[in-house]
Amino acid sequence: MNEPETALPDAREVRARAADWLQRRTFWNWSEEDERALEAWLAESLSHRVAYWRLRSAWERSEKLTALRGPAFGRQQPPPAPARRFLPMLKMAAAGVALVAVLGAGAAYFHQTPRGQTFSTPIGGREVLTLADGSQVELNTDTMLRTDIGRDRRTVYLEKGEAFFQVVHDEKRPFVVLAGDHRVTDLGTKFSVRRQPGRVEVTLVEGRAQFDSNAPNGKPTVLIPGDILVATAKSTSLTRRPEQELERALSWRQGYIVFDHTTLADAAAQFNRYNTEKIAITDPKVARLTIDGTFPINGVHAFARVTNVVFKLHVERRDGETVLSR
Amino acid sequence: MGDPSGTGQEGLERARSGSVMTAPEVELWFVGEVLPLESVLTQFLRHNWRDANDIEDLRQEVYVRVCEGAQKQIPAAAKPFVLTIARNLLIDKVRRGHIVPIDAVADVEALNTAIDEPGPERSVMARDELRRLQTAIEKLPPRCRQAVVMGRIEGLTGREIAQRMGISEKTVSEHLSLGMCALADALYGEQARKE
Repeated sequence: MNEPETALPDAREVRARAADWLQRRTFWNWSEEDERALEAWLAESLSHRVAYWRLRSAWERSEKLTALRGPAFGRQQPPPAPARRFLPMLKMAAAGVALVAVLGAGAAYFHQTPRGQTFSTPIGGREVLTLADGSQVELNTDTMLRTDIGRDRRTVYLEKGEAFFQVVHDEKRPFVVLAGDHRVTDLGTKFSVRRQPGRVEVTLVEGRAQFDSNAPNGKPTVLIPGDILVATAKSTSLTRRPEQELERALSWRQGYIVFDHTTLADAAAQFNRYNTEKIAITDPKVARLTIDGTFPINGVHAFARVTNVVFKLHVERRDGETVLSR
Repeated sequence: MGDPSGTGQEGLERARSGSVMTAPEVELWFVGEVLPLESVLTQFLRHNWRDANDIEDLRQEVYVRVCEGAQKQIPAAAKPFVLTIARNLLIDKVRRGHIVPIDAVADVEALNTAIDEPGPERSVMARDELRRLQTAIEKLPPRCRQAVVMGRIEGLTGREIAQRMGISEKTVSEHLSLGMCALADALYGEQARKE
């Protein structure tokens, strides 16, 4: 009741300032000078640090909300009323509909990387790393990479699998992704790199990046948004894709696989990337059927059920495999 | 030479935290072990302190003391450590008479109880996290909610949000700050326990 005179620090004030720092760092242009100012503020007192840690860890964990926007995320398109478009999704999820897909899609784990080290995901895994320089890396299924972030260099070695990079640009320290003989150098960028035996694929979403290859006839290529580059030991090909296709290629970041006139053979291959329980299709006629739709990456059973309903396929589980047949 | 802070390699390797004087271990421990206890801690404080207006300040003070302790050594078990510090803080406050709701004194004895019982809070935390986050967003004032949805779910920048909503960047900042606080409360605050 009575306004007590208190010697306690005003927690609300500290928290408001911490929130302001965090939103500025997250949503607005952020310079080295800003970073120094933030560090100075944090160094001022443990109270500042505690408040900031609390908000930031919660914010990182709330990343899973992005899964709610589903595969049709519309970052580049200018939709007329974006908030309205997504709120129904929130409601639906609240009713437990999308929730299953989201939670079932496999947890994304958050790490702060303390120093150069190796990270890997198992089949079906997905991880989000924040590197020492603030750049973010999302590891897709069955991926291994090594980071080497130092004073004069930022190098990531993609040993296998696929990763999406959101690079904090720093002219003095180029951000380089090495995938075997191939090299992607960021020029302020969001991009993904997928490495398979004998093949590297780079998808550029935002900004620019330079691609180089040690392959005999490899020549430097500058990538711009929409570019998908595929390099093998012998050749490099570059295509520009419509945005929808990029979104589809990167839908794993939201925990989805998107099919658009996709053959069941391809669909099964995609599921098999993410799941230890494999889908097997031996009948070529079945393999050629095509399907549209969006599934959580671990939605093998949902997928099998759909093929059963739509194509009247026979679904059988044996020895850890899901076999689809007529 | 992008590192004017002079902390050398360590500074460069430091993760996004921007923590300067504290070992990253303290932050990791705080985030991983202490924040999940927030609902328990808040209930404890509320139960033993009459003036609800003080709770947030008290909690913050407990966090600071807890991390001060952890800077020397990370305690083996977080929960008794945190609650003991909370109890001592309340006793200090009563003794020093900073804030004197008289009936607080009577409760001091009761503070000795309920320190050690293990709680299920961690599993509660993990469960339904997404739903709590959504609820928190839905409870925000409409314009604020709109900004937070664009920022958190759609991944727009502050400037893009300002343009789409036709409001000032300062207002967007305020909306986003509020949203960040609401999400933290949804994850760590009291309602986390009541699920």
